[in-house]
Formats: sequence, structure tokens, C-alpha cells
Amino acid sequence: MIVSRTQKTGFSLYAGLVLLVFYFPVFCIIVASLSKRRFFSFPYPQEQITFKWYEDALNSAQVHDFVSVSLRIGVVTALVSVTIGFFSALAYARYRWKGRQTFQRLVLLPLFFPQSVLGLALLMWFNFLNITTTWWTAAIAHTVWIAPITTLIIAIQAYGLDDSLEEAARDLGATRWQILRKITIPLLLPGMISATCFAVLLSWGNFALSLYTTGADSSLPEWLYARMTSGYQPMVPAVGVINVVFAVVLVLVLFGIVKWSTRKSRRATATASGH
Amino acid sequence: MSTETPKKKFSFGPGLIGTLSASPFALLMLFGFVAPLLCVVWFGLMPAKTFDLLQMPTLDNYRTIFEQTYFKSILWSLGLAGVTVIILLAICYPLAFAMAKIFKGGGATFITYAIATSLFVSENIRLFGWVIGFMKRGVVGGLLETWFNIEIDSLLYNVPVIILGMSYVYLPFMLFPLVLGVNMVPDQVREAAFDLGASRWQVFRKIDLPLSMPGVMIGSLLVFVLSVGAISEAKILGGQKVVTIASDIESEFTYAQNWPLGSALSALFIALTTIVVFFALSRFDLEKLLGKKPSE
Repeated sequence: MIVSRTQKTGFSLYAGLVLLVFYFPVFCIIVASLSKRRFFSFPYPQEQITFKWYEDALNSAQVHDFVSVSLRIGVVTALVSVTIGFFSALAYARYRWKGRQTFQRLVLLPLFFPQSVLGLALLMWFNFLNITTTWWTAAIAHTVWIAPITTLIIAIQAYGLDDSLEEAARDLGATRWQILRKITIPLLLPGMISATCFAVLLSWGNFALSLYTTGADSSLPEWLYARMTSGYQPMVPAVGVINVVFAVVLVLVLFGIVKWSTRKSRRATATASGH
Repeated sequence: MSTETPKKKFSFGPGLIGTLSASPFALLMLFGFVAPLLCVVWFGLMPAKTFDLLQMPTLDNYRTIFEQTYFKSILWSLGLAGVTVIILLAICYPLAFAMAKIFKGGGATFITYAIATSLFVSENIRLFGWVIGFMKRGVVGGLLETWFNIEIDSLLYNVPVIILGMSYVYLPFMLFPLVLGVNMVPDQVREAAFDLGASRWQVFRKIDLPLSMPGVMIGSLLVFVLSVGAISEAKILGGQKVVTIASDIESEFTYAQNWPLGSALSALFIALTTIVVFFALSRFDLEKLLGKKPSE
């Protein structure tokens, strides 16, 4: 498509404006986290800039507890939903079977569902089963929501999988398990790694599901919510900024993986066609 | 997808391996999605204020809902969600168009990552950024005072700010489907239309919009469903100004300790959302919408 210069400038300006507004809250949090005063007001003089709240946040035993609960939920969720997602991605994208089309639609269902209601429903269900809610019931709740997402991410990779590799291995006498271990898993690895990153990050930031399913434990977003609704505390923006930095680092890792895997697959196709 | 040809022979039947691979996921959904929802519907039929599931079913809770003012919060939720969808369509369509058609490569990737990063920061933290920005003597107020000498009160705790918060939090869910949708519009068709003398507006109405409709629909549905169940926006930014259905449900479960009434509200809410989603989907070809997978 031919794009005129004015069009390009106009759309760039618009995109810049949207991003600026989009990152305004992050800017506000950074500003607030550096202010020395207990009650934030803007603007404040330069000599009142302090890193005290970061120090407090990093040393607070309370914050450590919430971080550890959030991490535990995230790690369990990621492991389970990537394992389940691996197999369901194969069912979604690779194998020809009778229920496939229905399955492809059912996978989307939990994503089109209000999360707070899903959290509540799970709370009642656990209550009915006489299970006390703790961090691991929250991990189940997160998995119900995140497994469809990991399935879709790995399925995208599985669509690009070359059938002939598995067939060749089978012709050479490899067992089903050997094919899985030596061919399928290595080829789907980039998709599985990015699915893991997605799972950890989405679980880390989730609030609506955790709210009802963590029981006596409390995840980081829950703590932040409680602090925010009960009045201003300067440690909250500092924790928020640390959180944003963590997300940015993981997203960069994700970006690296995507680049690496596209380069790798391009090289693989190049060698295959050069054969 | 109609050209399904079983070209491979598996040692134990071509269909079985697919069913087997899908079964862990299916079990998870049965245990963590279907069963809890049935539990909600059943609990909604129990007498008020009980925690026991084994009593005679009654419709009392639904009577209570219609006799009291709960319909108000349902209307608020539906209204807020509808307005959010419209605002996000207006904001995101030009941006999605730019990402799909104008900046190829670098620029589009940058915007994608810049927006996607926000998905991974808890929405509470991001909403708190607006609180700091808009509170009395916050960032916006402070800037206005030092630059223009205008003093303003807190901008928080009203309806527009709740809508702003929702639009802000759910923007990625509108933007990314729209980008996929706009990508489905072939350049040649647009060019042909322009060559035949169509105006910009005509090309948008007759070509861009219909051909990118799957993206528009998926984005709108996602945003609608997510924002109709939203809870933090109205609480953090809106104070007590507006009570949404989600916070009504929450208070039945926490302060009021009336689980059956809360369940009945949830069941009603689920039914309403499902009706809206199905209505929206039935107006378009579902097959086309979900069947367009990059595979076959």
C-alpha cells in the first residue's frame, strides 16, 4: 500500500499521543514513589526526592510474604497450564479427531467469561467440596483461566510444525515416546517458553480470581488493593514501580525468545530447502 | 476446515490420540469451570442466608432481586460496559489501522510490546496511577497550578473517570483483535476501490469495516464481557459513586454473608452476559469468525 508522508506523520502523532496517555499512570506512580512526604502532593522540591520507600518495600517482611504467595501461585500455574496446554495444543492444531472443532471453540469459553464471577463460582465449589481455600486453590483458579491462553500460544507454534519430521522418525522405528521427547518437544520449545512467561506474568498480575480463591493467604495485587482502598501509603507506589520493572524485564525476555525462534525456524527452512 | 483428510495412520487409531491429548484440558474445564458454574446456579436456588447446599430449591432469591434495587446496578454495569466498548472502538480503530497498514515492522512491533507490557502489571497498580494523577494536589492538579495558576479540586469519584479507567485497563483487549481484523483487509481491494473513485469514507464503510468485522466483533465482545464484570475501576476511581453488579455480588458474599442471594445475582449476571454474547455472535457468521485459523 502506498502511504503518503502526511498520513504517516499523522498516524505517528496519534499513536504517540495514545502511548503517552497510556503511560501517564506509570509516570504518576514513579513520581509518587520518589516523594519523601507521607501525603503525596505535586509538585515537590527536588531535595525531597528519596529512595527510602523502595528500601522499605524491599525490606518489608509483609511484602516478602505477599511476593512469595504470588510467586508460588505463578510458578504452579505456569507449570500445570503449560503441561496441559502442550497436549491440548496438539489436539487443537495437530491431530485430526472427531471432537476437534468443538474443542477449538470450548477452549475460548473461559476467556469470554467475567473473572470475578468465575472466582466466586470456584469459591463456592471449593466450599461445597469442603476444601479450605489457600494459595493453591488460587493456583487452580488461575490455571482454569490461563490454560486456554497457553493452549492458544503453543497451538500457533504447532500449526507451523512440519509433519514429515515426525513421520520420518516413525519410519526409522522411533517409539511414540521417543518422537515426543526428541522431535515434538524440542520443536515446540519456543512456544512453550513464551507460554510459560505469559502464564507467570498473567498470574502475577491477576486480581479478580485471587480475590475470592486465596482464602487466608493474600497475593500481592490483593494487598495493593486493600492498601489503596484504605488510604494512601507511600510504599504502595514503590511496590508498583518494582512490579512494572519486573514485567518489563520479562517482556524483554519474551521478545528475545520470539526473535530467536523466528530466526531459528527461518534457518531450519533455509537448510531444508537447500537440501 | 471441511477438507479434513486423515492422511496419517497412528498405531492406535487416528482419533484416539487427539481425544487423549485433549482430555487433561477437558478434565480441568469440567472440574474448574463447568462444575463451579452448576454449583452457582444450584446455590442460587437455596433459601436465603444458608451455607448448606442440600435444601429444598426455591425461587425466593430471584424474587428478592426483582423486588429490590439490584436491577439498578445491573443497568449501571451494562451501561458502563457499552460506553467503554464504543469509546475503545473509536480510539483503537485508527491505531490498529496504523499498526496494520501504515507502519510496517518496527513501529508496529514497538507499539505492540509497549501496550502488551501493561497486561502484566496488575490493573490495581495502573488504576492507582490515575488516582495519583487526579487526586487533589495530584500530578494533574499540581501541573495546572504551577503552569497556569488554576486551582482544581479532585477529579476522582465520578462516572467519566470510571469510564476512563475501564477504557484504559481494557484497551489491549480491543486493540489486538482489531489489528488482526484490519490485517485481514487486502490492500488490493482498497486500492481497487480508490481507483474506481470511492471516497475515503466510502472505502472505510464498504471495505475496511466489513472485512475487519471479525476483529471488531471479538474485540468488542472481549471488552464488553471483561468490563461488565469489572470491580476495581468503580471502587478505586469511583469511590462509592456507582455500585456495579460485580461489587453488589461481592458484598453479598462478604458483608451480607448471603451466599444464595449472591449466587442468584451471579447466575442472572452470567445469563445476561451470555445472552448479549450469543446475540452479538449470531448476527455474524460464527463459522467464519472462529474458523479462520492460519492452519488449513
